[in-house]
Order: sequence, then structure tokens, then C-alpha cells
Amino acid sequence: MTDLLVSQHWFFWMTLIPLGAAVAAFLIPAQARWIGLATALVLPFFALAGIAATLITEGQPITGGGWPTPLGIELRRDGLALVMLAITALVGLIISCYAIGYFPARGHHHSRTRYFWPLWLFLWGGCNALFISADLFNLYVTLELVTLASVTLIALEGGKAALTAALRYLFIGLFGSLAYLLGVAVFYGAYATVDLTLLGEMLTGSRLDHAAMALMIAGLVLKSALFPLHFWLPQAHAMAPAPVSAVLSALVIKAAYIVLLRLWFEVFPSLDTIAVGHLLGLLGTVAIVFGSLLALRQERLKLLIAYSTVAQIGYLFLVFPLARNDTMATAWVGGVLLMMSHACGKAAMFMVAGTIHHTAGSDRISRLAGAGGPIGVLVVVFTLAATTIIGLPPSGGFFSKWLFINAALVTGQWWYLPVILSGTLLAAAYIARVLGWAFLDVKRSSYPVIPWVMKWPPLVLALIALVFGLIAYEPVQIALLGAPVSGPLLIGVRP
Amino acid sequence: MTIPVLYAGSGILLFFIGLHALLIRRHLLRKIIAANIMGSGVFMVFIALGARGDSAVADPVPQVMVLTGIVVSLCFTAVAIALAVRIHNLTDCTTLAADEESSID
Repeated sequence: MTDLLVSQHWFFWMTLIPLGAAVAAFLIPAQARWIGLATALVLPFFALAGIAATLITEGQPITGGGWPTPLGIELRRDGLALVMLAITALVGLIISCYAIGYFPARGHHHSRTRYFWPLWLFLWGGCNALFISADLFNLYVTLELVTLASVTLIALEGGKAALTAALRYLFIGLFGSLAYLLGVAVFYGAYATVDLTLLGEMLTGSRLDHAAMALMIAGLVLKSALFPLHFWLPQAHAMAPAPVSAVLSALVIKAAYIVLLRLWFEVFPSLDTIAVGHLLGLLGTVAIVFGSLLALRQERLKLLIAYSTVAQIGYLFLVFPLARNDTMATAWVGGVLLMMSHACGKAAMFMVAGTIHHTAGSDRISRLAGAGGPIGVLVVVFTLAATTIIGLPPSGGFFSKWLFINAALVTGQWWYLPVILSGTLLAAAYIARVLGWAFLDVKRSSYPVIPWVMKWPPLVLALIALVFGLIAYEPVQIALLGAPVSGPLLIGVRP
Repeated sequence: MTIPVLYAGSGILLFFIGLHALLIRRHLLRKIIAANIMGSGVFMVFIALGARGDSAVADPVPQVMVLTGIVVSLCFTAVAIALAVRIHNLTDCTTLAADEESSID
């Protein structure tokens, strides 16, 4: 039994199954939703099996086809890949269930149903491939897979606004990845390798290295929509159908961020990164405040959630200035924890927003006035999911912010403290604004009945996001397997 | 200045020419062509840096990478042209319109 568990290459299958299923779903459109659902049901088990196998073998890297490293393509089985595969499998399963209800098999939106499933499965396979990639060029190719699938998913709605948002996202994505690729070319020209570990050992810190680093960081920052390069995100995320918005906000943004996280801690440490870290921290700070303020001003629920994503991305970039010698593990774990809890919380919020749009016929926040009956349930689910965005205990968002604050205090960067606190306050404000409308005492006409698959799956994710802080210890331990960071996890700080 | 450096320099120049056009030009086809020029510039840098001097045999790995890169850029161009044609059919407009908030309800 153990031999079987260890001998299987679960992560190959986690990439190949969605890609194969995508082709199948494209060729047999009538069965596309069932192919998609079956894939979504299988992948979490593969993720669990992969985690178990890695815990037994202690995460040795594997190479494609068993060829030795320079020829074979190396795949990572470290903790970061494991937890991201698992959280993607979980969020993907819930989104797939929701999409069954959102995209009906019959009706005038037939073509949307037909194309959603292949594209979503392609995107899923691309994400899984990205998480286990261990060299710069593979990261580029998988990032492009993810971008291409998301562009077409944004265009799924077919209207003018959606097409424009998709094309703008395509240009942005292309620019970002070409800048990244130029950096890869410079590194390859200088060191003749694209392997992350080898490159990290070989970097000499020349000017050319710093130029390549700047290009790669700029490209990835653009792709992960950090302020001031966030301008494309709200339109793209708000125009897409609800399951697509959930996927984009929960997973696609993280794809570029994961690449940056890997580069920062594995390739760039020997370069002079302190100034760059401060710059990223500053941009993150502005993103938190500015994104939250804009979220507060939005009239439409989906745009509000999209701007809230802009703010949450800001938190993710606080990892870079906060990760110093002693606090490296603390900041890194804070970032990983935030990625996971944000993925659950934000996916649930977008799905709820989609259901409200579907039910009330509009996603204007003012239309929520006097929400009761079916919408009342949804507002409760929305609030549960929002706890992790605000950062209330015991959500995962709370613990990651706690870790960030500890790291900020230990490294003496106290100015991040008011930033995190004001971000929390503003998040509470924009969530409270939604609730304020929802609990107005107004009589409303009755709403159509919502199919249960559009109501309960978001609740599952919202609950997971809510209690994530309580169950986070095990995932964090798994994430630290083979992590490029060391040092204690600072839970409590004495001044 | 050796020949590979000359090629790499021209590649970087192409990248920035394309970037300039991508940001400045409004016509969608021009933007798509600009993105392609940027891509070609990056590929040229790859190939030039893989030459490894006059005597040695050129490194094949960058050429393989560029092949993959060309496939990726072909896919992107195809999708971009499809989207541009669709936008043109819907709006009779060949530019990215300025953002209109709440255009659908």
C-alpha cells in the first residue's frame, strides 16, 4: 500500500488529468459539465495522496521521465507546491460545483456552458503545473498557460465590456511575461542554467543580474496587479461570470505571486534586495490603503470585491520587506497563510455576489436594501467569508496579519503597523457598508428560487476561511517542508 | 563589439520599440503587432546569448526555448486577433474604448 502511494507520481497526474479532461470536455460538449465535475472530485484525493507520499519520501525533487537534471525537467515537491495544490483542489472543487448551477445545460447561454469547462480545466492544469515547476522557463510557460486561459474566460460573457477587459488583460499579461522572459534570457546568457536552485547558488551580483532581477520583478508585479499596476484588475474581475471571477481572484493572481515568492527566496537572496523590498513594501502599503478606499466607494458588489482584492494583494507584498534574517520564516508563513485564506474567502465572496446578481437581477449594492429570505442567507455567507478579508479571529487572515505585525516589530519596521491596522479598519468599513444596506428595513418583493448548488458551496468555503486559523498549524508545517526560509515562527513578541 | 552582443543589443532595442508602440498606439492591430515585435526582440536576445563565442558550437537550449516561446506568442496573437475582430464586429471600433463603469446591468 505504502509502495503504491510512494511510487505514483501524483503531481504529474494532477497536471495531466485536468489538461486531458479539458480536451475531452472540448470534444464532447454535451458531457462537459460531468467531465469537469468528475475531475474536480478526483483532484482533491490526488492532492491528499501526493501530500502523504511526500511526507513519506521527504520531498525529493523528481524529474520528468526520470532523466538526470540538465536534460530532464525538474519538478518540485516542496511544501509550497503541496499546500497550493491542495488549496487549489479544494477551491476548484467548490467552484466547479457552483458552476454546475451557474451555467445551465440548456438555455440561451448555451455557448458559455460549452466553453467554460474546457477553459477552466486548462486553467486548473496550468496552475497545478506552475506550482510544481522548478525552473525559470517552465514557470514562464505555465504562467502563459494560466494567462491565456484566464483571458478567454474573461471574454466568456461576450459583451463589449467583457471583450475589452479581456483584450486589455491579454496585452498586460503579454507585456508582463515578456519582461519576465527578457530577464530569463539575461540570466541564461550569463549562467547557462534556468534551474532555480542552481541559479541561486551561482549568482554573482553583477549589474546585469540586478537588471534581470528588475525586469522579472516588474513583469511579475504587473501580472499580480500590485498598485499602481492594478488598473486592469477591477474591470477584468468584475466583468467575468461569477465562477470565473472567483477563479481569477482566488487562484490566477496567486500564480504570478508564487513565481515571485520562489524567485525572491531562492534566486535573489545573494543580490542586493533591501531597497527593492522596501519599494515593494511601499507599493503594497499604497495598495492596501488605496484599494480599500476605492472599495468603500463602489456602487456594485463585484467591483467592491475586486478592489478588495487589490488591497489584499498589497498585504501579500509586505512579505518582501518584512522577511529579514530572523523573521524570514514568520513573514513567509504569513504570506502563504494569507494566500490560502484569501483564496477561500474571496472565492466564496465572488460566488455569493454572483448568486445575488442572479437572484436580484443586479449586483448594485443598493439593490440589497431590505434583503431577506434567500438573499438574507447569502448575506450571512458573505459576512462569514469576509471575516478573513477583514482579519477577524479565528480566520486565517487574522493569523497572517498577526505574523506580519510580529515580523514588523522584530525588524523595527513599525510603520507597517498602522498600515495593517488601517487596512483592517477600512476592510471592516466596506463590508459593513454592504451589511448596512442589506439590513435596511424595507419591504422587498419575493425573489426567484435559487438552485441549491449556487447557495451552499460558497458556505463551505466561507466556513473553511472562517476557521482556517484554528486548523492552520498542519498546513503551515507542510508548507515549511523544504521551504527556502529558516528561523523561528514568531507567535508572540516581547518588546 | 562582438556579433552576439550586437544582436542582443538590437533585440533589446526591438523590445523597447515594441513596448513604446504597445503603450502609444491605439489601433488594436498595431498593438498586436507591437506585442509581436517585443516578443521577437526577446527571442533574439535568447538566441544571441546562446551563441557562446565564435569557435564553440551554439548552445541548443535557447533555441528550444525560443521555439516554445514562438508557439506561445502565436497562441496569444491568435486569441488577440479573435478578440479584436469580435470587438470590431460589435462596436465598429478598432480601439480599446475608455472604461465605462456600469455599462451593463
